[in-house]
This record gives sequence, C-alpha cells and structure tokens, in this order.
Amino acid sequence: MAGQAQAVSKDQLWSGGQSPFGISYGKMMMWYFLVSDALTFGGLLTAYGVIRHGSADLWPVGEQVFESLPGLHGSYPLIYVALMTFILIISSVTMVLAVEAGHRMDKKGVIKWMGYTVIGGLFFIGSQVWEWSHFIHGSGGGFQVSAPMTVAATDDHKQPVAMELTGGSWVHMTSDLGHAYEHALEHGDHIEISNGKLIITPAAHGDHDAHGHDAHGEAHAAAPQEYPLEIVLNKYTLEHKDGKDLRKLMVTGEEAEKIMKNMASNTLVFGANLSKNEYAVQQQYANFFFFITGFHGFHVIQGVVINLIIFLMAVRGVFERRGHYEMVEKVGLFWHFVDLVWVFVFTFFYLV
Amino acid sequence: MERDDLIVNDSYSLNAKHGEEEGKKIRKKLYMVTGILTLLTVFEIFMGVYFKRNGTFTWETIKLLFIVLTLVKAAYIVLIFMHLGDERKNLKYVVLLPYALFILYLIFIGLYEGLSVQHLNNTFR
Repeated sequence: MAGQAQAVSKDQLWSGGQSPFGISYGKMMMWYFLVSDALTFGGLLTAYGVIRHGSADLWPVGEQVFESLPGLHGSYPLIYVALMTFILIISSVTMVLAVEAGHRMDKKGVIKWMGYTVIGGLFFIGSQVWEWSHFIHGSGGGFQVSAPMTVAATDDHKQPVAMELTGGSWVHMTSDLGHAYEHALEHGDHIEISNGKLIITPAAHGDHDAHGHDAHGEAHAAAPQEYPLEIVLNKYTLEHKDGKDLRKLMVTGEEAEKIMKNMASNTLVFGANLSKNEYAVQQQYANFFFFITGFHGFHVIQGVVINLIIFLMAVRGVFERRGHYEMVEKVGLFWHFVDLVWVFVFTFFYLV
Repeated sequence: MERDDLIVNDSYSLNAKHGEEEGKKIRKKLYMVTGILTLLTVFEIFMGVYFKRNGTFTWETIKLLFIVLTLVKAAYIVLIFMHLGDERKNLKYVVLLPYALFILYLIFIGLYEGLSVQHLNNTFR
C-alpha cells in the first residue's frame, strides 16, 4: 500500500529504533505465523501426493466423486466445489475492500465489507458441511469382485465394450441401487438378485416399506420392490496406472447380475469413514479428504470467529479511536491465507 | 512491553493510509484481480470437466497447466490481496525464500520416495 516503504538508508536499516521491514511488530508476526502454517498445509498436500503416487490400488478421480448438487439428481462434476471456491474468492475480495476502507478511515465501509466477509465465510462452512455429509453418506456403494470375469458394458456413447475385470477389481453401484441395497441390509429385508433386478422383500416386522419412506409410520404390505441393476465400471480409478482410457462404463441387467453374484465377501461398503470408503479399495483417500479439508475448514471457522470480533470492534468504534485500522489488515492476512490454501486444495484434491 | 496494536497513531499504520483518489485506483485494481481469479477458476473447471482422465500426453499437459494456473492465482492473492507486493524487498524475501526452499525440497523428496514405493508395489504384487 502507498507510503509503506519510506526511504531509509541501508546502514540505518538494522541499527535499531525502527522496523527494518517497515511494518509493525504485530503484522510481521502474522506473516511469520502464516509461513509456518503454510508449511503445515504444504506438508499435508505433499503427503497426499506421496501416498497417491505410491498407491498400488486405483485412486479415485475428483470429478467423479464430487459430482452432486444439493437437492438435484444427476451428474454435475466439480460444480459444487467451483461454487465453494468462488464464495471464498469473493469473501477474500470483500476482505481486501475492508482493508482498503480502513486505510481511508472509512468506518462505514469497513463495517459493510467486514460484514460481507463474515457472511461469505459462513456460507463456505455451510457448503463444507454439506460436502462432508454427502461424502460420508456416499452416492451408491462399492465392492470388489472375487473371481476374474469378462462383462459386456456400454461406454459414454452407448457403444458396447467388453471389459475384463481382474479379481479384486473395484466396482460401484449407482446411487438408487446402492441406497436401496443399503436400506434393505439395515432392516434385514430379504434380498434377491435375479432377472437382472434387485428384488427386496420387506422383513416381516414391516415397520417400513421397501423404499424406507413410511410417511405414516404404519405397517405396509410386504410387496417386493424391484430395482434395476446398474453398475459403473472404471469409475473412481487412478489415471496413470497403464495409460488406459478411463471412460465411465455402465453395466446393466443380466451382466450386472453376474457381477453382483461375483461379489467378494466383506467388501461391500456404503459411504465413507476413516477405515473404509466406497470410492476406492484403499482407505487413505477418505483419510486425506477428512484431514486436509477438515484442517482447512477448522481454519475457516477460526477466521470467521476472528473476523466477527474485528467486525464488532469496528462497529463499536475501537479502531476509530485508535486512529488506524491495522487490526483489519492483520486478520485480513489470515483470511487471505485461508483462501490461498483452498486454491491449492482445490487443485490437488479435486482437479489433478 | 507496549502492545503495538494498541498504540494510538502508530507511525507504520499511519503510513499505510491513503486518500480518496488513491482509494479509487486501488479498488479498480482489486476488481480487476477479482475478474482474473474468477476467470482462471472457471477455465480450470471447464478443463477438468471436459477432458477425460487418461494417461495421454494431453491430460498430463493439462495437469501441469493446472499447477501453473494455481501458482498464478496464488501469486495474485499473495502479492495483491495480501499486499506483499507493496512491502519492502527484505520482507518479501523473508516470507518467500524460506518457504520456497523447504517446500521444494519436500516435494522433491516426496516424489522420489513415492516413485520408489510405487516401484516396489509394481514389482512385488
């Protein structure tokens, strides 16, 4: 900012009585803290890279795991994350506008822009809560096949493709099928796979229907419900194993039935937690998701709280009396740092 | 010791002040940077959605492009939003050089180890 760098001769610079950096002690310490915090995040992201690079099993692809929007059906790859990124960038802009207003001693401007920054931060935290919830509940379910097999699949353009599955290959059930299956297992319903369909007969106690949506809490007739079998192959797989094309292959009906019946025991997973996840065979993927986005989210929460305090202090005129708005600048540094980290998380976790 | 954030009319903070005219110029610059950051993000999303993840040269190039674009975005945030570009040269170096040194070494050793583990996995499985 203007005027920050006054001319000081070189031999005067480190001789005491003034800051060699031309900034106050508090701001300098904020920079030092940010460097150390950036090293922490740098370490986490590098660890992610190392584990992913050395992983023997297939690694999930971000655009295929994160493709949902709240309240909507269908595939919207990366749109939600893009929205989160945009929210954070905009709240970073409102923050820097608050700093600019502070440099003009514009109290109203600082209050307005700090307020927007706090709201933006809250929106981001809310988005992350939804993202976590969606990730934990899962979008279908996954399992490994036991014996090697060849199935007839169709690709993106509905063209038939013969796909070889090795033992241990990871396949993924589409969300409708997966949710029905999971619900049936939870309630101890009778599950039958035949004629290319998943047939669920509700258990005798009948406190729910096969959908699990019992609006009146009454017993329903135990009519079997049928779900078409739809399995996605080549989804959630690492890109650089042997350079093979990772189009999304679909298997339906009788072919899917063959895969379901070839399920390796104890490999069925719905959703994600710290010990297993439906997105891949190995567990590190979910662990890194929880740890990196969680640690970042923790920073966002701190940032919102600190921003709120500074907002209230500005409203009460503390900085007006102090004669300068430097505290806004210091918390601004922290808030921009949070945005900066997200830019990297976005690239390395979701895009690459 | 006196807390410098409580000092009334602290000289460093007063030096950072600017007038109405200059404020307009600064805001214009900030809006421009906002536009650039948004455009870069939209472009990244488009590339990520449009191109398939396969081991081809195209995808590997796009991955490198993502990293370069991320560094560009990071530079805008650090230099403009965090005002590091306007600080004295010695502060810039104190912040950037140690970080660059440590993180480049960490990435180097990480890739080296990761490749080795991958090699072991591919050989003995």
